[in-house]
Formats: sequence, structure tokens, C-alpha cells
Amino acid sequence: MTWFTEIQAIYVMWLREMKRFIRSKGRLVSSIVQPLFFLVILGFGFRAITIPGFGDIDYIDFLTPGIIAMAIIFSSMFTGISVLWDKQFGFLQEVLVAPVRRFSIILGRTLGGATTALIQGFIILLIGLVLGVHISDIPGILLTLVFMISIAFSWVGLGLVIASKMEDFQGFQLIMNLIIMPLFFSSSTFFPLQNVDIPEIFRQIIYFNPMFYMVDGLRGSLIGNYNINSPIYDLGIVMVFAVVMMALGSYFFSRSEA
Amino acid sequence: MDIITTHELTKKFNGFTAVDTISINIKKGEIFGFLGPNGAGKTTTIKMLTTLLYPTKGSATIAQYDILKQRDKVRQNIGVVFQEPALDTELTGRENLDFHARMYGLGREQRKQRVDDVLTLVDLEEKQDVLVKNYSGLMKRRLEIARGLMHYPTVLFLDEPTLGLDAQTRRAIWAYIKKMNKEESTTIFLTTHYMDEADHLCDRVGIIDRGKILVIDSTKNLKNSVGHDVITLSCDDLSTLHDRLLQESWIQNVKKHDNSLTLGVEKGDEKIPIIIEIAQSLKLKIKSIDVRKPTLDDVFLHYTGRMMRDEEPENPMKQHARMYNRR
Repeated sequence: MTWFTEIQAIYVMWLREMKRFIRSKGRLVSSIVQPLFFLVILGFGFRAITIPGFGDIDYIDFLTPGIIAMAIIFSSMFTGISVLWDKQFGFLQEVLVAPVRRFSIILGRTLGGATTALIQGFIILLIGLVLGVHISDIPGILLTLVFMISIAFSWVGLGLVIASKMEDFQGFQLIMNLIIMPLFFSSSTFFPLQNVDIPEIFRQIIYFNPMFYMVDGLRGSLIGNYNINSPIYDLGIVMVFAVVMMALGSYFFSRSEA
Repeated sequence: MDIITTHELTKKFNGFTAVDTISINIKKGEIFGFLGPNGAGKTTTIKMLTTLLYPTKGSATIAQYDILKQRDKVRQNIGVVFQEPALDTELTGRENLDFHARMYGLGREQRKQRVDDVLTLVDLEEKQDVLVKNYSGLMKRRLEIARGLMHYPTVLFLDEPTLGLDAQTRRAIWAYIKKMNKEESTTIFLTTHYMDEADHLCDRVGIIDRGKILVIDSTKNLKNSVGHDVITLSCDDLSTLHDRLLQESWIQNVKKHDNSLTLGVEKGDEKIPIIIEIAQSLKLKIKSIDVRKPTLDDVFLHYTGRMMRDEEPENPMKQHARMYNRR
């Protein structure tokens, strides 16, 4: 086993994700339509709203980073969980008997998932620009890219953990509703929870929500406004979370039996 | 040289023992068959040997590499054709093969060459750019087999290679397996519950039932152990006839089953009148009698006391596959 084989394996896992993504029109459309609706309906509906603590703001500027995060999260979760598809269709066996390190398999798949997630994230960003989002400067955009990649890695990792523990799709919807939705609503995606009149406990809970740091970081880097922490601080937390999730995902995946 | 050795290999699922202390040795270049009914533990054994499942107890080596400690080395030496299709249906046939070639580290030239070769072999060149989800079950099977042969494995595992296929394709696949075994001296480990398949292909056969190996021998020896000819008969009082026939020295073996007796004899056709005479002297009426050359069916019956076909609940997929076969 040489590094050449490993690189080739990473590449081919990535290539497979790309081919599947391009061929699955439905996936592309559905992953864009939902965030698009959020962006258009909420963005315009609340355009003239007054957000506590920020005074008069352009709501679409506030909302867009959260919706980009949403698109990336759904897409990368999907990649992680699609291991379940491979399990059910038997293809996982083909992957697991190959003379390739487990880490290369995961890395290839994660890179593939991250790429598709980034594509979708940028599509949302483009739509946002058309709708009149004000973005910051070039360094801000580069930092946004780093955030997007870290976010994608985190959720592919979580998807892998879930896929390694689940046998079928019965629990899939449950997990989406039980994990993703609460995390979203407590992440300040739609309004800043710190500044509204809710019980103190909720205000504290959001600091344990990784999604909060992702959305806040994207706000700080992409818009350069409305963020609570400095983007670098957010990035630190998001990166630690990404590394932990990838480590857990790799661990559970490498121990799974087909 | 032994290319596969297992030592008391065991796998339990929640207390149920699927594979029970199996110890086998398979020589380089051999075609070895695992013959047994559904649920006997054949696939579980293959999954352990190909590093897809962890054994509960025991050990095994493939090409001298330990399946627990040198998993990557083991994987480099094996090819597997799975029982259930293990293809990516969203990719084309060629892309599936290309994926495989890259995973096994084949270089660009070699990759193209081998993909073309195996596509020709299983006669899928014309369909190579069609998505696998549009393939028929049979084409998938052929592609699957082609893929298993791409990277010159030292040992090729074939799990029920012809399950659900029609007679013509089965013969073509058998011919190819033999050719590969001869030309590239690939060791082949196959499982089957088709007697004729084991009979046709294997140098040696291991009969496995309920996780245990009952016997391992060449197909010729196994058939000889049953007798040169097999007489099957049924009558109204099996036990009386059974006890009487046990006294006859020209009968190599007598086995009583639920509805029949089987006798292993030489020159079976000449023995039928003698048996009928014996039955009449006991005032027993023989309902049916026939003589034939022994098959592995008889061998299985001999060692397990059951026919392969009266197996209880089985994998619905297999049932489906057989129904498909009949149509």
C-alpha cells in the first residue's frame, strides 16, 4: 500500500460523490428550493422589522448567513448519512473490502460532501446577492470560505456517526426533526436570541449550540455586521467541533461491519 | 502451500452461533466449495475471511496474513463477488469498474486495459455506458463477477455466484471461473447451495450445516462414500425393511429418512430385483424404487439426514431469486 493508492482512493471517492451529485437533479433542486423560500419569504416579509439590540437593520443581511449555513448543513448531513444507502444497496461492502485505509475512504467522501455543500452554499449566496445582500470585503469572503468548509466537515462527521449507528432509514426523519430543527431555532438564525425577551435558560443554551457559532461566524465574515463574537473566536470553536466530529465519524465508520 | 487456513473460526450473533469452530485448509490454486443450505453459515464465513465481520473466536490467515492483525494485507490479496449486488446503481457499468480499479491502485494504462478485458469477458461492452440501475439482474451479476476478476486477486471469493441466474449464463460463468483458475492459478473459494454447481466446479467440497463442517473431501471421494449407485425406495414399513437390509453385506450403507430409504450399492440396476424379493419375503409392498448415480444431493442427505430443499425459513431474497429463476 502506497501513498499513491491512498490518493487515488480519496480521489475516486470524491469523484463518485461528484458524479452522483450532478446526476441527481432532484437533490440539487430540493436543497436549493427550501433555503430559497426562507430567504425570499422571510427576507422580504421581515425586511422592515426592528431587531432588538440592533435597531433598524436590513433583515436580509441578517438572515442570509444563517440560510447559507442551513444549505451546507443539510447537504453535508446528507452525504454522511448516504453511507446508509451504500449499506442497504450493498455497495459499502465493495468499499470496505478494498485495500485502502479507512481514513482515506472517509476523507474522500467528506471532501466530496464538502464540495457539494460549498456549491450549494455559493448558490444561496448568489441568490442573496441578487436579492440585495450587502457583503463585506475580500478577506471576509475568504474567511467565509474557511467557515463553509469547517461547517461541511462537522456535519459530514455527524452524519457518519448517525449512519454507522443506524441500520435503516426509520430513524432518519426523527433525527432531522430532533437534532437539526431545535439546533436551528436556538442558533439565532432568524433573530438574535441574546437580545429578545426569553427565559434566561434559553439565552444560556445557545452558547452550547455549535450552530450558533457557525451562523455567528458567517455573519461576522460575510456581512461584517450583527455578529456577537469575533469571527476568529467563532472559527476556533467551529474548527474544534469539526475535528471532534470527523474523529468520531472516522472512529465509528472504521468499526462498522458490512 | 495453504493459501487459506482457519483455526476454530467462530461467529456468534446475540448468542446464536452462525459459524461454529470451523478449521479448514485450502491449497493454492484450488477451487474449494462450501456447500450447505441457506443459513448454514457460508456467507458469514466469507464475510469474516474478507474482513467485513470480526470473528467472535478463532483465527484465520489468507496468503499467510492474519485476518485480524493484517487486515490491509489480506484485502490486497482478495477479490470478492458478493451474494447481494454491491454495485453503485447511480454509476455506469464502466464507472463501477473504474472505481474498483482505482481503489485497487491500478495505473492508468493497466486500468483501461483491464476494464476493457473484463467487459469483453462478460459481454457487456455495449452496455458499459448505461447506468447500472437500468441493468437487468443478470447483467448486474455479470458486472459484479467481472469486477471481482479485475485486479488478479490471489484468492477469489464467490458467494453464491450463480444464484438466480438462468442455465445458460450459469454455464458461461462456470466456464470462466474454471478458465481463470487454470490460467491465472487463482485460488477460488465459492459457496453454493446448488449441488450441480459444486459438482461441476470444485476440486474439494466442504459440507456445512448449522455452522459446523460435517465433511471435507474431493467430490469424487464424497460420492464414493455414498456408494457407486444410490437406490432410493419407499414402502409401507420402512423400519422393518431397514433392519432387514442392514444384514445384507453387499449394501455399503443404508439410511432411513422420513419417507424413504437410501442404499449405497454397486451395480444398482442388478440389485433392484433382489431388494424387491427381500421385501416380498417380509410381506412388504414397495411403493417406488429407483437407481441413479450419486450426486452431492445424496452426499448431503447422507451426512445431514435431510434434503437440501426441505429447509425451513429462508432469506426472502433467495426465495425471490429462485422464483425468478423458475419463470
